Amino acid sequence: MSSIKFLCRQLQRAIWGLGFFMLSYPVYGQESTADTSLLGEPGIIGTIILGGMIVIVAAFIATYKVITLLKKSNENRQIKKWAYLKELIINLGKEDLKRTISERKASKKCSLENLKFPNLTDPIEEKVKYALIHLEHPEIDQLLFQKAERLNYQLEGTELGSNLEPTDSRGLVITQTKEISNPIYDEKQDSADRIVADQDLVKIVLAYIGSSVFWLLFGTFIGVLLGVKFILPDLDGLPFLSFGRIRPVHTNSVFWGWTSLAMIGLGYFTVARTSNTKIFSLRWAWIALVLINTAVATGSISLMMGVNNGGGEYREYIWPIMSIFAIGLILTFANFYKMVANRTTEEIYVSNWYIFGACIWTLVLSIIGYLPFYQEGLGETIIQGYYMHQGVGMWFMTFTLGLIYYYLPSTLNKPIYSYSLGILAFWTQMLFYTLIGTHHFVFSPIPWWLQTVAIVFSAGMFIPVFAGTTNFLLTMKGSFSQIGRSYVLPFMLVGVVFYFIGSVQGSFQAFRFTNFVWHFTDFNVAHSHMTMYGIVSFFLWGCIYALIPKLIGKRPNQLLVGIHFWLSFIGLLAYTFALMVGGTAKGLSWIEGAPFIESVTLMVPYWLWRAIGGSFMFFGHIVFWYNIHQVYKGWKELKRPVESNELIPL
Amino acid sequence: MFNLSKNHQTLALTSFMVFVFLSVLIAVVPAAQMQESVQPLSQAVDLTPQERDGLHTYISEGCVACHTQQVRNIEMDDMWGDRPSLPSDYYYSKQRMSLWQQSPSLLGSERTGPDLTNVGKRQPSEDWHFLHLYNPRIVVKESVMPPYPWLFREVWKPDSADIKINVPAQFLRDTSKVVVATQKAINLVRYLQSLKQVDPSFVVEGFIPSSRTEDFFESNQAEAELDGQALYIQNCAACHQASGEGLAGAFPPLKGSKIVLDEDYELMVRIILQGYDARTEYGVMPALADQLSDAEIAAIVNYERNSWGNEASKVSKDDIERIRDFVNSINQ
Repeated sequence: MSSIKFLCRQLQRAIWGLGFFMLSYPVYGQESTADTSLLGEPGIIGTIILGGMIVIVAAFIATYKVITLLKKSNENRQIKKWAYLKELIINLGKEDLKRTISERKASKKCSLENLKFPNLTDPIEEKVKYALIHLEHPEIDQLLFQKAERLNYQLEGTELGSNLEPTDSRGLVITQTKEISNPIYDEKQDSADRIVADQDLVKIVLAYIGSSVFWLLFGTFIGVLLGVKFILPDLDGLPFLSFGRIRPVHTNSVFWGWTSLAMIGLGYFTVARTSNTKIFSLRWAWIALVLINTAVATGSISLMMGVNNGGGEYREYIWPIMSIFAIGLILTFANFYKMVANRTTEEIYVSNWYIFGACIWTLVLSIIGYLPFYQEGLGETIIQGYYMHQGVGMWFMTFTLGLIYYYLPSTLNKPIYSYSLGILAFWTQMLFYTLIGTHHFVFSPIPWWLQTVAIVFSAGMFIPVFAGTTNFLLTMKGSFSQIGRSYVLPFMLVGVVFYFIGSVQGSFQAFRFTNFVWHFTDFNVAHSHMTMYGIVSFFLWGCIYALIPKLIGKRPNQLLVGIHFWLSFIGLLAYTFALMVGGTAKGLSWIEGAPFIESVTLMVPYWLWRAIGGSFMFFGHIVFWYNIHQVYKGWKELKRPVESNELIPL
Repeated sequence: MFNLSKNHQTLALTSFMVFVFLSVLIAVVPAAQMQESVQPLSQAVDLTPQERDGLHTYISEGCVACHTQQVRNIEMDDMWGDRPSLPSDYYYSKQRMSLWQQSPSLLGSERTGPDLTNVGKRQPSEDWHFLHLYNPRIVVKESVMPPYPWLFREVWKPDSADIKINVPAQFLRDTSKVVVATQKAINLVRYLQSLKQVDPSFVVEGFIPSSRTEDFFESNQAEAELDGQALYIQNCAACHQASGEGLAGAFPPLKGSKIVLDEDYELMVRIILQGYDARTEYGVMPALADQLSDAEIAAIVNYERNSWGNEASKVSKDDIERIRDFVNSINQ
């Protein structure tokens, strides 16, 4: 049965995937490619091959299951009857038991061979009931006797303790409730119960998140400035604020400043907590914090001065600056590694897999990205595709997923739905994500086979994405009432939804078909914000709002958290939709062969909307900063004894 | 030992090894092959020191954020070059820039501004480039490109060696001063002028058409369908402006121009074919004979002669062909 269900699910997915193609078809199909067969597209062939592989495996499993099932069914029939009989006895009520025993006493019993059913067409239940009364078998008598004994048993009321009323002389119980909406897992209350944590660790976490908030404000302020410059190109005319120079300042400061520092800060808590150990080296953690901040600060200044590595996206910092960041990353990884090595639990929790992977892979890819030996000519372009894609996929995406595997279940106070799905997503993430970088250069002079590999494996990304999304949603299932009570879950839910939509859309965008319309347009910018903002930033906010109040013992004002949420969310929607629609219009105008300047003028209203959406997002970040600031103000070290004036007079 | 969820060493090592293996396979090896195997085209020349300095400014100012330099092998890109780009095209330009900087990422990933693969051919005029860099809106009203005033100097009295820029008054901060180009601006313009696809006749795979049904009509409709206005916007409006009014001090007006309205269109067509540099108050008109076909020139000439209040007789493709043959015969 389970394999048939599995098959159905796969089929459903395949149909759904095809539906996506159909939906996006009219957008670019207006006059072009009308006679191109869907099946002729390599992206689609790749998907079908992958889908076919799954179907073959599923068919194999199904066949195997059916054969074993047929073999077993014969042997099972006898065993089943006995099981049925036992079940019947165990489920007998008091009255039924009395009646059965008395009927059995009165009846004439015989052996199994001589047992003759009065009516052979009766259903099996009736036959078993008949056998229960008429079959001569010592086991039946024993079972009936046991059942009767159990039914007669009565609790005295003092088995687990005494008859005393419970008391709480030490004030350990803070709240008491009779309303429990989740019957299996008790939901956490809203109160900012302070968790007992190593105070050195708390300081590190707060310091990392504090600096990350600074870079978020700085980076997105630059972002808003960039957005406004599309409308007002003559805004300032200053060299160090010109568009070409500050575009990388924006991307790099939100990447290496905001996101990276927030992730590492949250990561320290996750690794220490899930390994049940202390932070390995405080010194390393502080040094790494200083190094990463230094790298982003000097990097931003150098970019504003017009010193960059060569214009490749996310590799704009020259190597001496990026090395500072890399040393910080090495120290961070060493710290994480030692903490996991010192764990007092037997297993390595899945979060730590992702965090390990993120650190190791990012170190490898930055070294490959900066080594000069193979980067002349188009070699650089191949490395650029690899590097910029992995930067997002192996560092931000992988690390953030690791965090979610800890913060989502811990927020909901229940285990993650499936541990193994998490592991599957981990390996497939590594396998597929690594191979698809070149899809940023489709139709370029890079070898055609390399582009094709990238496009085919982009479709493979569906596997980790489906696995992750399913896992998170099923973990949330049954706990959606939390949405009404705090904003932690809404932030995470938006993150999950964008994880699915942004990733699937990204894979579709890689197909030559869709690349034709969207490549080089503002659609790319929409996609990158959908992922880096919609997925990564929303996840990080969810985690920060979940953790920080607990570390400090103070909650931010929930109304203000809500304002942050809605400003960021609505801003992001305005931003991405404006650029997706505008980007498509731009691509179509190019296909029509209209004069290029038309593709600039037609974008003006969309750019205006982008600037509006971007400003919303930025205002949301100011509220976020204020919230964090308010919580931080409440921080005092936990070791402090209770002052006498804080005691309630008796 | 191999229980990954219990052994952190194996876990770290496995994810490291597999990732390195995949990275070498998909990135390092293809990149190294690309570097080793690609040779420059025989007609291609290395950048001069001046042009290379211009390339450094191009990277330093982040021009690659909005300008691509790759003509993709799809039909919509045929306006940016005569053929799709080849790996060989980047042989000289994409070399490590300095100890601190890698090979420049010239291919780009966004086309907010036009592709620049062939800009040296499309827009050879130095005057236009200087004005455009000083403030793009002087020459292209709708442009959203940033201005680069710091590549210029404002002086009271320019030296004789200085390149003076005729900036219209409303774009000047101080009208009593004269704008001259710095060496950086000059080098950048030299670099932009050097951006030309070599050997356009080189046979490579052509462009992938966006529509396969289009070829059907092409043969009999192409001639009648050419849109003079679109061609004018693409090829001429950058200097002469969409309004046909030109730009005082830089590019002459076509609206009401004697040459344009002359019943004898020969001079006008010859200016388009051969270029023109007879009037000191205006910039140099580049020769367009190699870039525009006879039918395209006819469409543009007809548009110019019958727009913005201009009224003059129409010319045909054959008329242009006749003049082109004549011009060619003189040159030989």
